[in-house]
Amino acid sequence: MGTNSNTLVKLKNAGYQQNDKWLVKGVSLEVEKGKIVTLIGPNGSGKSTTAKIALGIYKKFDGEVEKYTNKIGYVPQKVSIDWTLPLRVKDFMVLTENLKDDAIDEALSLTGVVHLKNKNLGNLSGGEFQRVLLARAISKKPDLLVLDEPVQGVDFTGEIALYELIKKISEELNCGILLISHDLHTVMSATDHVVCLNGHVCCSGSPIDVAKNNEYKALFGEQAAQTLSIYEHKHDHVHSHEGEIKKN
Amino acid sequence: MFDDFFIRALVAGIGVAFVTGPLGCFVVWRRLSYFGDTLSHSALLGVTMAYSFEFNIAISVFIISSVIALILIQLQRKTNLPGDALLGLLAHSSLAVGLVVIGFLTFIRFDIMGLLFGDILAVTVNDLIIIWAGGALILLVLKLIWKPLFASTVNYELAEAEGLNPDRAKAIFTILMAAIIAISIKMVGLLLITGMLIIPAAMARNISDTPQKMVLFSIIGGLLSVIIGLFSSLEFNTASGPSIITASLVLFILSLLKIKQSIQLKN
Repeated sequence: MGTNSNTLVKLKNAGYQQNDKWLVKGVSLEVEKGKIVTLIGPNGSGKSTTAKIALGIYKKFDGEVEKYTNKIGYVPQKVSIDWTLPLRVKDFMVLTENLKDDAIDEALSLTGVVHLKNKNLGNLSGGEFQRVLLARAISKKPDLLVLDEPVQGVDFTGEIALYELIKKISEELNCGILLISHDLHTVMSATDHVVCLNGHVCCSGSPIDVAKNNEYKALFGEQAAQTLSIYEHKHDHVHSHEGEIKKN
Repeated sequence: MFDDFFIRALVAGIGVAFVTGPLGCFVVWRRLSYFGDTLSHSALLGVTMAYSFEFNIAISVFIISSVIALILIQLQRKTNLPGDALLGLLAHSSLAVGLVVIGFLTFIRFDIMGLLFGDILAVTVNDLIIIWAGGALILLVLKLIWKPLFASTVNYELAEAEGLNPDRAKAIFTILMAAIIAISIKMVGLLLITGMLIIPAAMARNISDTPQKMVLFSIIGGLLSVIIGLFSSLEFNTASGPSIITASLVLFILSLLKIKQSIQLKN
């Protein structure tokens, strides 16, 4: 993989160990402008760890990380807001960047939660909070978005809409996205590149390549087979206007 | 006008309250009240150093508290003891060593009670200058690191990922804590400084729905505590520190009524 001017972040053989145990090892990947790279894998396979290595949250990692941007939007997997901190949605929106009021409104409208702007963050439901997290990450118009299970707890219709939004954002802002998801068939339809992790990279490539990979099938079993059929099914039907998939 | 000891105490206390207000909010948000205790207990050692070497008390306390904070950070990295055990270890050992050193300094007459609980008679014009100049500097630095410090208080990983350098903000904040303890020790006394930091902030939490409001109410609560506390200290001849803290406790209790109200409204 040669580095080109579109590269936003690049991991070369990256790994991280904690208490003498490798959480993840030997990960190489590259996120480019306008591309969505998705990490999949079972619990504890090192998806979040990989994201945190890429973000620079973990500092004592193995291997190399090259980062070509500082404009980053991050949706962590877990955020808990303490009661001791009185924080409204709009205070949270300006946490790392000073935004004008209409920029806040715009981002919150995109994820469908502008009506919650003056609400206390602690009073939101899981799905609402997730939408606010996503709105905050995109509001600063980042070059690189790192989304760690961004739609957890969001209802089914909302989930589809949010994945569509994520895809739209990557096109409109031309930003690169590193996505972590459990939702295999959404991943397969909206991603440019899939990295399947299980403590190491067990396979990677375009969604269709990964879906056909035997290691992937072994890892995800039944679900993988279904995903593959859903994917191919979908592929047959929406062939004409989902050219992006075919491109890979 | 600064000839009168009471005016000096009042001006000093007001200066302290402006700084403890916002710092206290961070102490509450970041759960640092025991850390504040540790730093302020170590201040006794700083005071003894000041007397031994005829040095300015505030500067000496600032240096010793900063050193203790650094030792704490090192111990956290190098040992497997839990944070609160390390804090307790440092708090009590530095308090003990401070008291032992006082025992050796027989040539100086110490007002231990004044040290532990504050003494409004002791505030000099020099102290006023240190409190107001030092306080202004602390607030200025806090304003500069506000964004990264606040963001990392909400979520460390978000702040780190989005390039705000929370570790640096945390280190600077630790120094600010040592500084506020140094400038307020004469007023409140070293056993009660943490109270001055957390009680007005806790009161403010009960009546605020945004971080900015909480900071504002925390400052107002601190100012009221100082004014009420000092007047009653004068009236009843009680030590200044306990009087100020008691006043802030009364304000806290009053703020609980507001919580009770809003809970009733919700139901």
